Parts: sequence; C-alpha cells; structure tokens
Amino acid sequence: MTTENTWQTICPTSDLVKNSGVCALLANEEQVALFQVGNDTVYAVSNFDPFGKANVLYRGLIGETKGDIYVASPLLKQRFVLNSGVCLDDDTFAIKTYETRVTDGKLEIFG
Amino acid sequence: MSTQPQKIVVVGNGMVGHHFVDEMAKHEGYEITVLSAEDRLAYDRVHLSEYFSGKTADDLAMTTPAYYNEIGVNFFTNAKVTNIDKAAKVVTTEAGETYAYDKLVMATGSYPFVPPIPGKERDHCLVYRTIQDLEDIQASAKAGKVGVVVGGGLLGLEAANALKELGLQTHVVEFAPQLMGVQLDKDGGALLRSMIEGIGVQVHTQKATNEIVDGEECVHRMNFADGSHLETDVILFSAGIRPYDNLAREFDLAVGERGGIVVDNYCKTSDESIYAIGECALWNNFIFGLVAPGYTMAKVTADNIIGGERQFTGADMSTKLKLMGMDVGSIGDAHARTEGCKSYVYSNEPDQIYKKIVVSPDGKELIGAVLVGDTSEYDSLLQYALNGIELPENPDGLILPSSGEKPTLGVDALPDTATICSCLNVTKGDIIAAIDCGAVDVGEVKSSTKAATGCGGCAALLKKVTDHELEKRGVEISTDLCEHFAYSRVELFHIVQAEQIKTFDLLVEKHGSGLGCEICKPAAASILASVWNDYILKPDHVSLQDTNDIFLGNMQKDGTYSVVPRMPGGEVTPDKLIVIGEVAKEYNLYTKVTGGQRIDLFGARVDQLPAIWKRLIDAGMETGHAYGKSLRTVKSCVGSTWCRYGQQDSMAMAIYLEDRYKGLRSPHKIKFAVSGCTRECAEAQSKDIGIIATENGWNLYVSGNGGMKPRHGDLFATDLDDETLIKYIDRYLMFYVRTADRLTRTSVWLDNLEGGLAYMEKIVKDDHLGINAELEKQMQNVVDTYQCEWKTTIESEEQLKRFRQFVNSDTVDGNIEFVTERDQIRPAQGEEKKYGVKIQAVDLTPA
Ligand SMILES: Cc1cc2nc3c(=O)[nH]c(=O)nc-3n(C[C@H](O)[C@H](O)[C@H](O)COP(=O)(O)OP(=O)(O)OC[C@H]3O[C@@H](n4cnc5c(N)ncnc54)[C@H](O)[C@@H]3O)c2cc1C
Ligand code: HEM
Ligand code: SF4
Ligand code: SF4
Ligand code: FES
Repeated sequence: MTTENTWQTICPTSDLVKNSGVCALLANEEQVALFQVGNDTVYAVSNFDPFGKANVLYRGLIGETKGDIYVASPLLKQRFVLNSGVCLDDDTFAIKTYETRVTDGKLEIFG
Repeated sequence: MSTQPQKIVVVGNGMVGHHFVDEMAKHEGYEITVLSAEDRLAYDRVHLSEYFSGKTADDLAMTTPAYYNEIGVNFFTNAKVTNIDKAAKVVTTEAGETYAYDKLVMATGSYPFVPPIPGKERDHCLVYRTIQDLEDIQASAKAGKVGVVVGGGLLGLEAANALKELGLQTHVVEFAPQLMGVQLDKDGGALLRSMIEGIGVQVHTQKATNEIVDGEECVHRMNFADGSHLETDVILFSAGIRPYDNLAREFDLAVGERGGIVVDNYCKTSDESIYAIGECALWNNFIFGLVAPGYTMAKVTADNIIGGERQFTGADMSTKLKLMGMDVGSIGDAHARTEGCKSYVYSNEPDQIYKKIVVSPDGKELIGAVLVGDTSEYDSLLQYALNGIELPENPDGLILPSSGEKPTLGVDALPDTATICSCLNVTKGDIIAAIDCGAVDVGEVKSSTKAATGCGGCAALLKKVTDHELEKRGVEISTDLCEHFAYSRVELFHIVQAEQIKTFDLLVEKHGSGLGCEICKPAAASILASVWNDYILKPDHVSLQDTNDIFLGNMQKDGTYSVVPRMPGGEVTPDKLIVIGEVAKEYNLYTKVTGGQRIDLFGARVDQLPAIWKRLIDAGMETGHAYGKSLRTVKSCVGSTWCRYGQQDSMAMAIYLEDRYKGLRSPHKIKFAVSGCTRECAEAQSKDIGIIATENGWNLYVSGNGGMKPRHGDLFATDLDDETLIKYIDRYLMFYVRTADRLTRTSVWLDNLEGGLAYMEKIVKDDHLGINAELEKQMQNVVDTYQCEWKTTIESEEQLKRFRQFVNSDTVDGNIEFVTERDQIRPAQGEEKKYGVKIQAVDLTPA
C-alpha cells in the first residue's frame, strides 16, 4: 500500500499544552510529537526515541541552546532540534519532522 | 597547478581500518580508497554482543556512506582484495577491479581459529566475529535447546553469554584446566568458574573434543578424549584468532612463524610502500587482540605517511570487562611470573570477590593484578602499574575493603605520560595540551582529544584531570547552572526568595536569558516548589518538570510508569493491601515490594494512570512521591510496640516524620529511617536522616547514604526529646534545601560544605547564623501547604486531558508490549517484540 501525504486535521489548538508536548497519531500510524512553543509556533517531530526505542518524545522537556529549540528525550536526555530533527548529542541520528499549520483553530499536520 | 594527490588504498574496513581513514582524512592532499570484504562498512566489534540485547546493525555502525562521502573517501563494499602487484603498485579485487596505490594499508584483521576436529563443518557449527555470524547464531538458536562454546577465554565467555541470552542451555568446553587462562591466575579463574556456574552455565575444563557426530537427543554429540560426551544443538568455536595474512603470504611480504604480517615501529611491512595495522599485524613477534593498540597503529601509520616520526612501541594488554554481569579485571603480570615478585591476595568467598596484586621484588612498583567480582580499584591500580608510581607502604591497602582511609591516588601524582583514556590513547599530557590550546571545560577537552568517546570507562578520571588542571591555571570552574543563568542553584534560591518570584518565566526574564533547558527548568521548578509549594502541574510550572514529575510517575525504559502509593513507615492496613492487589490485578501491573518498605506497581500506561490513582485515593491512599526529588520513605522497625529490645516507639515516630516531610521538594531525593534500638534493624545510619532510639530519647544521624557511594551517617545529637528532634531535622533539611547544588545528596553536600559537620552543628544547635526561626517557618509552610498531587490531578478536567497517548485517538501505544515471567508481566525485549516499529531516522546525506 502506498499512501500519499496530505494535510490531516489533528485537534483543536486548545488541546496543545504551551511549552510542552502532546502526541498525535497519523493515518499511516506514525506517532507525531507536537510542541507548542510560545503562543504561536507548533513543531511536529517523530514521537519515537531512536536511542531509548520507545514512543515517548512528546513527554520530553523543551530546551534551547544558542537559539536552537529542542526536545530532550525523557529517557536518556538526548536532544533533538525541533525544526530539523537533528540530534545534538550524536549527529549520526536524526528524527523525522513534519509541517504543521492552523486552520480555523484546528491544528493540521502534513503527513 | 597543484600536484597529484597521493593515493592511499586501505584493505579492510574493520575498526582499525576505519580509525585509520578517520585519521588520514584530517590531512589534505591524499586520495583515500577503502576496500571492504564485508557487505557493510565498519562496525563496532567490541560491542558486538549487544546485537543480542537489542542493538541493530545500524546502532553498531561506526561510520556511514554519507560520512565517507562527506570527508571525501572512496569506498567499495563486497570488494575483497585477491591480488597485490607490488612492482606496479596495484591491487585487484575478487570482481577484477583494479586500484592503484602510492601507499597500501593492510587492515585485514583476523578470523576465528576452528580446531581441526572431525565434524567441525556440520550445520550449526559456527563462530563469533561478524554481524553475519550473529545472524547465523540467532537462526540456529531458534531451532535448538542446548548450546556449547568451545573455548573458555574472554571471547568464548562472551559468546556463552550470548547463547544464554538466546535462551539456550549453555555449556563452555575448555581444553585448559581453567577459564580465561591468559588474563587470570588459578584462583581468580576458579572463582569466575563458580560464579558462571552459579548463573546456570555449565563449565567443563580439561576437555579435548575428538569428534562431532550425530546426537541422539540433540543435533550433535561431542565425544571427548576422556571418553565422556555432551549433546548439543549449536556449537560455537572460540578457540583463538588467526591473522588474515593470506595476501602477505601469497605476495611475498614477511610473515611471522605463527602468522601475522611483520611490521616495524612505523607499522611498515617488508615492502617500503605497504603498512599493516590492527589484528593482522605482527609487531615484535606479538599480535595485539585488542582494539586500542590497533588504533595506535592507525595513528602511527597516518603520521608516517605525512612524514611524521611517531612510532609504535607496544601496548598495554590490561583489560577490565563485565562478563555475564560479573566484573573481571587483569593488569600486566597477572600470573606473577616476574622473578622475585611478591603478591598480596584478598579473597572473600561469601561475597565472591578475589583480588590479587603483584609487586616488584623491591616492593615499590605494581606490576600485575587480578580482580574478580569487584573491579572498583582497577583504574587506580592501572595508573600505578602503567606509570611506575611508587606504591604506598602497605600496598595491600589498595585492595582491602575500605575500613578506614584508602590511599587514593591524586591526579596530581600522575605523570604527563599517564594514559587517561586507553581506548583512544589519550594521555594526561594530551589533556594538558588541549587545555593550553584553549579548551575550558570537559566537553571541549573531550571533543579535541576524543578521550572518553570509546568505552566511556575513563569519563570520571578525565573530568578529574581536566578540572584539576583548570584549577591549577586559576580557571574558576564555572558554577553557572547552564547557559541560561549565570548563577549557581544557591544564588537562584536566594533570588527567588528575596524577590518573591513565583514563575520560571519571570525568573528567566529578570535574571536569565533564552528559553531555558533541561538543566535549569527542573532546577527552577524544584526551587519554586521548595519556596512556594504550589501544585507542580500548574500551567506555569508544567513545562518545567522533568521526565518523572511531568506525569507524576517514574518512567520506565519502555515509556510506561510505576505507581507507588505512600505507606508511611511501611505500615499498611489489610484493606489497603487488598485494594492495591485488586488494582494490580485489574490493570495487570507487575508488583514488587521495594527496598523502601512499600509496594511498587509497574507497567502502567500514561492513559491508565488517572484511573489507577483514583482507585487508590478513594481507598484512602496518597501519592508516594517516588517520582520526585523529594522525601521518599521513612523506613522503620516495629520498635517498642512489638520488639522485645525496643526502646522507643519507632513506628509512631517514623509515621509522624513521613507525614511531616512528605512532598518536600529538594535538590535530590531524601531518605529517612528510624530504628527502635541500637541493633539498628532499619539501617538508619545509611540514610540522609537516621534516628536511633535510646533509653532516653533519640540519637540523630545525618547525611548517611547507601547507593553508589555509601557513607555512614554522622552522629549529630544524642538523647533528644521528640520536639527537639523535629526542630533539628527541620533546620538541617531546610538549610540543605537552600544551599545544595542541584542533584546533590545530603552526603556529598555535607562533605563539600566548608566547615562540615561542626559548622552545621553550630547553625542548627547554637543558631550561629540567626536563621533558625526562618528555617523552621519555611519548613512549616511546606508542611501546611501539602497536597497530594495525584488527588489534585484527578480532580481537574484540564489536567486529565494531558494523560493520554494521543490527542486525536483513543488507541494505545502498540510499541509497549509485555511478556510473562514468574507469573507476572515484564517489558518485552528485542526479539520478543512482535510489533515492527518503524524507526524514523532520516538519511542525512546532503541532497
Ligand atoms: C565478540 C568480540 C568482542 C571483542 N571485545 C573486545 C573488547 O572488549 N576490547 C577490545 O579491545 N577488543 C575486543 N575485541 C577485539 C576487537 O574487536 C579487535 O581487536 C578489532 O576489531 C580489530 O580490528 P581490525 O580492524 O584489526 O580487524 P577487523 O575488525 O577484523 O577488520 C578487518 C576487516 O578486514 C576485512 N578483510 C579481511 N581480508 C580482506 C581482504 N582481502 N580484502 C578486503 N577486506 C578484507 C575483514 O572482512 C574485516 O571486515 C572483540 C572482538 C570480538 C569478535
Ligand atoms: C525480637 C526482636 C526482633 C524483632 C521483633 C525484629 C523484627 C524485625 C522486623 C519486623 C523487620 C522488618 C523491618 C523492615 O522491613 O525493614 C526487621 C528487619 C531487620 N532486622 Fe530485626 N527484629 C528483631 C531483632 C533483630 C536483631 C537483634 C537484629 C540485629 C542484630 C535485627 C536485624 C534486622 C535487620 C538488619 C533488618 C533489616 C532488613 C531489611 O532491610 O529489610 N533484628 N526486624
Ligand atoms: S532496631 Fe531494635 S527495636 Fe527495632 S526491631 Fe531491631 S531490635 Fe527491635
Ligand atoms: S539500582 Fe536502581 S537505578 Fe540501578 S537498576 Fe536497580 S532500580 Fe535501576
Ligand atoms: S578508556 Fe574507553 S573511552 Fe576512554
């Protein structure tokens, strides 16, 4: 089966937690961690921690270093930059990132 | 016009070949081509066994095609070299491709030696060296029940561990009378054997296998020279390694009598343009079967090619490893073969520990050691041995259990030549050089020297040496919390208190910069909680909480949580116990009584937590704060109520204390215990706050610790009445909460506190700083504002929304899977997982 990427409506933006994460399930069963940073920006990255091998990244802590905003895995604290997916602690790892937008107060993910 | 780049061809892309490429690629003007016989690029053979505990081939990879592309290295896999034309300077691969070279580097490694036993080529007779081998072993193990490893050396035992983990009934068959004969002496080998047998691996020594034939119950039957036999389904040969020197033999490079490509101190072979490094190279009639010497050879060769003068002068073969969970270490002359040398031995059969050190005839230098069961002194001993540091007067003190002062080796005593990181061969001198070139912290020293990037075992020593050197240069070791706050935790505490700051946003706006990180956010959360004691999941605070606090549970490795209701003093009514049992059964939770005298329930998914807690709270229980850096438990014995030795009611005191200090957020966790008499059944002297009943009242002990670095509590005050006891604890703890660095237990805090115990006595007993009233008031505020965080959470619709896996679906996380063990659940591991997880790592190749 092949699926084409489309914009998928996820949830009202009020379901997001400011400066923290929630998780969404896409049509193709990929799990996406969603982080609202400040009032306007929402980042979407894969929820799977490739080090701890568990679906937990949405429960990580958001941090910032030299302007890069990242999530630190709740398991072993590896940091992944939210807009690129690159791991700051081991640059041979990166996680998938997704595009997001808000339409009529609802968050949508392209995936 | 620029000159033609020199062509370097590397045969073999094992660990050492790859290290050479990494070294060589640092220099301009060379065109590097890698020819690998395997179907993949270099991977970490040292950690090969972890393939069976869940690591994938990708995890083990040491490089990627993308990386080689990036550093401009040509590479070809499945490209076994079969011909060398030394005159024309060209190599040819099996497929007939030719590659011209100016310099050729042989890094062909070695292969496992399989003894010439009739039947050795039967199916399911395997070796242990490559990822392919592991895949074959896995397939064979699936079909069988019993596995045998032939060879009881270091690698053989590692292979045995793998068979055991694959669920086979495992045997080790060794020709010699003992295990690990190279590294261990007789007694050490004997202890290791009994430990290994203790975990269910059968060891057969002095067995020579005559033949392998069809078995009756299993696939094979091994017939031994002494007439006995053993039936098995899988056989792994691990009887030593042999260098891949076939190319050298065929094309006339000098090889040793017993194999190996002969090299000189520059790693040059008998041909001016050809080098050999790693396990295929024979230096001084010796093959080094470890990776560190190979890395040194790689560096020497790269240096020689660019015209440098570095030489290879041998390597230390000391090893420290964990085999099947058992610690083993061997240094230098482990067998005490040096003439006139003397040994000291410490043996402790009940705890399965054996240690021996071998000293030079004059007793001044350490020349060898064997450690089995406990390798905690390995690092110090190795430094003594490698650097010829003069031994203390009673060298046996180095290996005796620490009864008093153990002579510790200060980093200042190490000479500049001392190897700090043996994996990457970084000396103290290299570290000093890095600092002189501008490195200002451990991170920078690490990235410029690469120290501590191999096995990681040297990280603590690296930090000590770096900090010491920086201090010597008058560099103040920064106490800044992180890049967002130029303050220590203590300073931030003062700021929060003095300026009445109640949120992180305000704190960072007024006194910090940026958005914060995983260091300063939880630290600030803890300070705010200690001072204001707000509900920690308030919208202002929720984004500050670390892994456990943010969902009020201890996150386990698979992303599930544990549920731990408070059980003050370990006391619980049968009714509550029944509810706990019912909840555990209903939600299928793994149930265990912990060291803290209470019951943990493991394996709850995030979406199950609220319902579980509602049941427990309805039955009158509350959160145990097992997830918080806060008071854990007050352990206790039954005391005078039941025990015929009891002096005071230790139960009642323990319950009172646990209720008083529960929920107190602190720099690290805090543990208490109360014993009813001096027999100390509650082990109070190993706790942050320990109380022991006397005829006249209570003795108070402070800053004890179990854990990683045990410390006996210091006796702080004797024969206290109840009221004074509580006052003292209030003051002591609040002073700790205010002044300790983040993640510092009371033990380390006290040890580092200027003035130490005497100073604390002055403060707490004599009100030296005049702040006791304030400390007590602050503690009383924490006590008065206590709330069960789980109760608050389940009463809030808004909070409950957070406790679900998906915002847009009620499905549960399919990656969480359990299997049954001893009638309870445990997380599924590696192979046991049915669910094919898509690993969403992306290719970083620049488009
Ligand atoms: C299970 C296991 C555990 C170990 N544990 C430790 C440990 O804890 N500590 C330690 O220091 N060492 C350990 N070792 C040893 C360590 O792995 C080796 O010392 C190291 O891998 C040697 O590196 P190398 O590059 O010389 O050889 P290898 O890693 O063997 O690489 C040689 C490569 O060359 C290829 N090759 C051979 N001939 C040709 C040809 N003609 N053309 C092209 N390619 C060719 C081979 O296929 C191979 O890929 C362990 C080894 C094993 C197997
Ligand atoms: C009649 C007298 C005694 C009674 C009724 C008694 C009762 C108990 C009880 C109920 C416990 C469990 C507490 C816990 O779980 O920690 C306990 C633990 C313990 N007892 Fe005793 N005990 C008695 C005598 C002794 C003596 C004389 C000693 C030592 C000299 C001793 C050593 C210990 C130790 C070390 C523990 C802690 C074990 C642990 O950590 O769980 N006991 N005792
Ligand atoms: S510490 Fe003393 S009072 Fe408490 S159980 Fe042990 S023997 Fe009894
Ligand atoms: S000692 Fe503690 S941290 Fe270590 S494995 Fe056991 S529970 Fe985990
Ligand atoms: S000793 Fe292994 S990384 Fe330093």
